Amino acid sequence: MNGVLSIVLLGTLSFWGAGQAFGAEGPRVTTAAPPLSFVDKALADLSSGDQARQDTAVLALSEQGDPALLPKLEEIRDNADRSVRLAIKPLMDLLRNRANLSSPDSDKRRSAATDLGSSGKPLVIPWLESALAGETNRWVRYTLEESLALIRLASDNPDGKIKAAAKLGELRSPNAVPALKELIQQAGATDATDQQKVLANTARAAIEQIDIWASWANAFETIFRGISLSSILLIMSLGLAIVFGLMGVINMAHGELMMIGAYATFVTQECFKAYLPAGLFDYYFLMSMPVSFCIAALSGLILEATIIRFLYGRPLETMLATWGVSLVLIQAARVYFGDLTSVAAPSWLSGGAQVMVGVYLPYNRIFIIVLSILCVAGIYFLLFRTGIGLRVRAVMQNRGMSSCLGIPTRKVDAYTFAFGSGLAGLAGCALTLVGNVEPGLGQNYIVDSFMVVVTGGVGKLTGTIVASLGIGGLNKLLEPSFGAVYGKVLILVLVVLFLQRRPSGLFTIKGRHADA
Amino acid sequence: MSPTDESMKKDDLVKEAAETTMAAESGSSRREFLAQSGRVVAGAGVAALLGNLGGWALSYAADKEPIKIGILHSLSGTMAISEVSLRDTVLMAVEEINNSKNKVMGRTIQPVVVDPASNWDLFAEKAKQLLLVDKVAVVFGCWTSVSRKSVLPVFEKNNGLLFYPVQYEGEECSHNVFYTGAAVNQQAIPAVEYLMSKEGGGFKKFYLLGTDYVYPRTTNKILRAMLLAKKVPAANIAEEYTPFHHQDYQTIVGKVKKFAAGGGACVISTINGDSNVPFYKEFANQGLRAEDAPIMAFSVAEDELRGMDTTALVGHLAAWNYYQSVDTPQNKKFVADFKAYCKKNNLPDGEKRVTDDPIEAAYFGVHIWKQAVEKAGSIEVDKVRKAVYGSEFLAPGGKIKMDEANHHTNKPVLIGEILKDGQFKIVSRSKGLVKPEPWSEYTSPDKGCDWIKHQGTYQKK
Repeated sequence: MNGVLSIVLLGTLSFWGAGQAFGAEGPRVTTAAPPLSFVDKALADLSSGDQARQDTAVLALSEQGDPALLPKLEEIRDNADRSVRLAIKPLMDLLRNRANLSSPDSDKRRSAATDLGSSGKPLVIPWLESALAGETNRWVRYTLEESLALIRLASDNPDGKIKAAAKLGELRSPNAVPALKELIQQAGATDATDQQKVLANTARAAIEQIDIWASWANAFETIFRGISLSSILLIMSLGLAIVFGLMGVINMAHGELMMIGAYATFVTQECFKAYLPAGLFDYYFLMSMPVSFCIAALSGLILEATIIRFLYGRPLETMLATWGVSLVLIQAARVYFGDLTSVAAPSWLSGGAQVMVGVYLPYNRIFIIVLSILCVAGIYFLLFRTGIGLRVRAVMQNRGMSSCLGIPTRKVDAYTFAFGSGLAGLAGCALTLVGNVEPGLGQNYIVDSFMVVVTGGVGKLTGTIVASLGIGGLNKLLEPSFGAVYGKVLILVLVVLFLQRRPSGLFTIKGRHADA
Repeated sequence: MSPTDESMKKDDLVKEAAETTMAAESGSSRREFLAQSGRVVAGAGVAALLGNLGGWALSYAADKEPIKIGILHSLSGTMAISEVSLRDTVLMAVEEINNSKNKVMGRTIQPVVVDPASNWDLFAEKAKQLLLVDKVAVVFGCWTSVSRKSVLPVFEKNNGLLFYPVQYEGEECSHNVFYTGAAVNQQAIPAVEYLMSKEGGGFKKFYLLGTDYVYPRTTNKILRAMLLAKKVPAANIAEEYTPFHHQDYQTIVGKVKKFAAGGGACVISTINGDSNVPFYKEFANQGLRAEDAPIMAFSVAEDELRGMDTTALVGHLAAWNYYQSVDTPQNKKFVADFKAYCKKNNLPDGEKRVTDDPIEAAYFGVHIWKQAVEKAGSIEVDKVRKAVYGSEFLAPGGKIKMDEANHHTNKPVLIGEILKDGQFKIVSRSKGLVKPEPWSEYTSPDKGCDWIKHQGTYQKK
């Protein structure tokens, strides 16, 4: 029984497919019935099962283009079999997109314009034109114009085609390239008309315009990506630069402090979900930044007081002990939170800003860039403009003398370590915007962080900043041509070669404090 | 599905593993060896004696004893996230059978659970332990291809029986494994065919994107061959791999955007594990929509979506043989039973647990084995194997049928669209069951897999 049914369905389906081919240019409806009953009749025809009547009805309703019919169509669709559903899907998409053209949400207007443009149906031209007349958003306007030109390019009107091709060139529309190339190909045929050749010349000029623009856009995007990756590397390494660079402690659990920051963000999010009104949810991320900083700093303080303080000056033991701690923390997170958690980026950090044709700058990445700049500024202020910073620097440069002068070196050690850990927590919080929250999160980043700090030169913040810019930028420069896998390999090889030439990194501490 | 070198062929692996085993055995000193062989001879003599004299008594006793089965899934390490669910499923199926009236020929099942800890060598060791020490009748286990490849020589040498429940890259045809997951022609190929069809959007350009290991590379090799065979120009196929745990998808999404300009493009994703979230997030943030360029994923199922932020994934596609949303009475019961089982046993997340494709495959694997044992009237591997051929079972996702000869499973293929709640809306369904092809017709048209008329993999004429 099932088999028979599916064969019948298949039959109607393929029949419908054949009918659809002439659907766009199909017979025009000339019946001059009163509008209300006409619509009702068409709606009834949709589920009549008669192929010809169905096609006519779909076409008529498309021309009518009344989005108010959607609920009725929805009803028909729910009760219909597959062939009817397939038949009315394009109609429903068309009507829905038309309705969305006047939506208050600019993203929806834009999506609708794109979809109508790619539907290729000339009957949507007036809809797009009327939407264009009332549109104020720059990028929705752009998309409307692009869609209009694309439909006109596919139409039969030769003058309109040439104008559309020129317009698409002006718009620098990357979406038009395949269609334009096809036109050039058509003109290359032996039986090409003069008109086609003229059109091909216009298309060629348009493609050139688009290509030049695309290479600029590409360069711009590459630079942005490089800066974005650098900012992520920087924010990860800042904490390490303080703990490892300034204090000389090799903290293998640094990545897990990031993980703690990420989970702190997750917990904050869950608390907002559970205890606060939904309207406030978008602000959880602002709250989670201080929370993750504090919790990671506290964990750092405990780690310092219980393990690391007994191991100052014994790097190997520190390394082993902190590595053990990192394993414990990973497994603890796995046991308590499980492997499946994630943070939903607040709405003001999802999506991206379009700055030029084809170039999107995601908000979350812009946010991380700004955050890392703020962190660097904050660290510089703290170290070089405050009394605490003075003491920290004094202890790092000459512990014995500082102690002699009455600085509580043990306390300073603890605070410095906690501050470095807090920065790691903040990095973890920022990383939830681009990645996921999982127990192994720190492991993914710890190697990169060490690489940045060592390349930059241990003990120099400037080195960390320059190294992260260099490694991030180089990575994004190499990745397009070498692929992600070999790009990464190449970066590691370059870093190894560089460190062989300059074992102490980019910037080295010179003078009396070199061995301190 | 596993991180191993693609060039490492099955045969090499088998040989290598066999050599290691031999080397390990010959490592013991001569005296030990003599003493051991003495014991073995003595043991064999006693066994033979018992076999002759007390055969009847023994077999009677064995009839009452529970049947031991092995469960070989990682319960710790990186793969635990996926494999723990499968252990739970097998245990649930066992409990179901033990609570039924007839059990298995009146005998209860006693599961032996071991933890290979996501460590491929440990998989082989634990498999050996299950087969030789615990003497289990059958093993349910493995997830990654590398773990399956590492236990394969153990099962073949000792004539064990493994039910493997995960979709994989094919190109394997073992006498000792039943594959209840999908072969490439039951997941990847129908998915791409759907995308090419009018109903699926008539896509013309394909971006094959995966994590760098054997499953994505083999699958993409087959897909590329298939696309070329379907007259898709090579310029319209892009292929790219990322390392494990890759987080920065800016450049790749940028490339996809360029590739997709002008429409008609889709992404075929075999990205695995924790790289998925950064990828989907970046995809959405750079202004790409599921309508323009849908991502068809082969490694994203309900269990992975549970607890994930699905905002960026909604509208994208996946291909499997089963979804929790399959609307059949037996599936409703299965989902409810599974949730109840997790709650009753205080498993993490309890009632919030979901079922997915590998879970279903692991579940019906146990039942197929039970049916075969009853049909064969024995738990002997050789008899059970014959009974499995061609057997049918009403699985939660619908009726499935074990193949007559090639050790794989005839299953339906379903394309699903990701919904906000982490479930799937089924948008396409194959007509009837799809016959499994361990050797793809596109990359190995000359090879077949048949254990009835041939000895496993054979050359077609």
